[in-house]
Amino acid sequence: MQSVAVDSGQNSRVRRLHPLPIRIMHWINAVAMIIMIGSGWKIYNDEVIFGWLHFPEALTIGRWAQHGLQWHFFGMWIIALNGLVYVIYGFTTGRFKRMLLPVRWHELMATISDALRLRLSHDDTTKYNPVQKLLYIGILCTGVLTVLSGLAIWKPIQFSELLVLFYDFQTARLVHFFCMAGIVAFLCIHIALALLVPHTLVAMVTGGPAVGESATDKTSKRGPEH
Amino acid sequence: MLRTPSKSIFRPKRGISQHVLDEHRDLVQTINRRNVLRGTLSLGALTFLTGCNVSEADQVQTVLRAVSDWNDRVQQLIFRPNHLAPTYSEAQVVKPPRFNAHYDIEDVKPVDVAGWRLELAGRIADKRPWTAEQIYALPEQELIVRHICIEGWDYIGQWSGPNLRMFLERIGADLTAKYIAFRCADGYTESLDMPSALHPQTILATKYAKEPITDPFGFPLRLRTSTKIGFKNAKWITSIEVTNDFPDTYYRKEGFNWFSGI
Repeated sequence: MQSVAVDSGQNSRVRRLHPLPIRIMHWINAVAMIIMIGSGWKIYNDEVIFGWLHFPEALTIGRWAQHGLQWHFFGMWIIALNGLVYVIYGFTTGRFKRMLLPVRWHELMATISDALRLRLSHDDTTKYNPVQKLLYIGILCTGVLTVLSGLAIWKPIQFSELLVLFYDFQTARLVHFFCMAGIVAFLCIHIALALLVPHTLVAMVTGGPAVGESATDKTSKRGPEH
Repeated sequence: MLRTPSKSIFRPKRGISQHVLDEHRDLVQTINRRNVLRGTLSLGALTFLTGCNVSEADQVQTVLRAVSDWNDRVQQLIFRPNHLAPTYSEAQVVKPPRFNAHYDIEDVKPVDVAGWRLELAGRIADKRPWTAEQIYALPEQELIVRHICIEGWDYIGQWSGPNLRMFLERIGADLTAKYIAFRCADGYTESLDMPSALHPQTILATKYAKEPITDPFGFPLRLRTSTKIGFKNAKWITSIEVTNDFPDTYYRKEGFNWFSGI
């Protein structure tokens, strides 16, 4: 969460764009996502929802169905516990509020217009533009929905009250599938943009530029001015 | 003892200029050993995953199966002994039921009911074997419940036969034992934890849609739970054992989760 600056001889503490816990959780999540998607595709292939859609076996995890299931029910602990800590961290430190809110309509339109005219600025990566904010809010909600629909199809009887929210077993399965599709679509954009603006990728390893003077991430006011 | 620097053509005569470091201070600051190590860790984990067939490697299987056993314990905690599965109307029943086994329906070997007996073993007071006739004469319970296969498909089926708890009480089984093990005519083995066996919607099914079950679906006797995934519902049962020693099962040995509750 805090990085120690090495320049000035006196160890002044700075808060970085991505504090250490965020970076650790991000990469744990990246590995867990690969496990969940790859093994999920293996499970899906055993009984496809859409006749025209089989995932290439080379992209799936697990040789046979049971191995896909083993990976999925191993990965679920990593992704759920890591996700839980992330959500608690995001709310308690004020990171969600600071980074993701507010999303203003006119700023959103301006960003879309800039992007279409290829004039989008990447100078300040410490603040998300409204499109980024919407995408990150959307993927967080999708993540929660994925866990809930996953629980519903794992325990349709024990958690029958939860299953009812998704109508029945097959519709819950369908929701789980579309959540996966949403996550994969997000990942395509997320990874493509990170590669186009590589210092954002570096920032998720090193912490990125220093932001503000506060030594802690615990601040409820809006992010530092630049 | 201090060593005096020896003369060498590789040693600069003057001190090393520090201005390069000053010019690239920003870059140097972004490289720190801890972060590089952290990055290689994630990368290492990713390359590990690209080897597609790591699943069967012994060490990987040890870890994955240990997690699967841990998941058994979690599912036992989640299990609600008196929470009933939803039941459906006769109009929703699929006829005939959908076949499920680790082989094709053409390979089913019908059981000759004349020579068939249900053998009893383990912690049971009255171990006399049962004929099909005796079992079919027992009071029946009907269940119209959803069958959910591990593969992801499901259908609503109408099963009837003696309630398992009632049957266990009748033969004087030790209901405080941990497991019930089933052996089947095709060599299949399956076992239930006692709470699932005693669930009010667990029966020994003899009929489907009011007619005796047909050969592919377990004639003359099969298990029908409402709280387990499809493959846990053993067909063509030939023996029941009540035991405290964990009875391993055909599908668990193959790597599937044992508890497999729904």
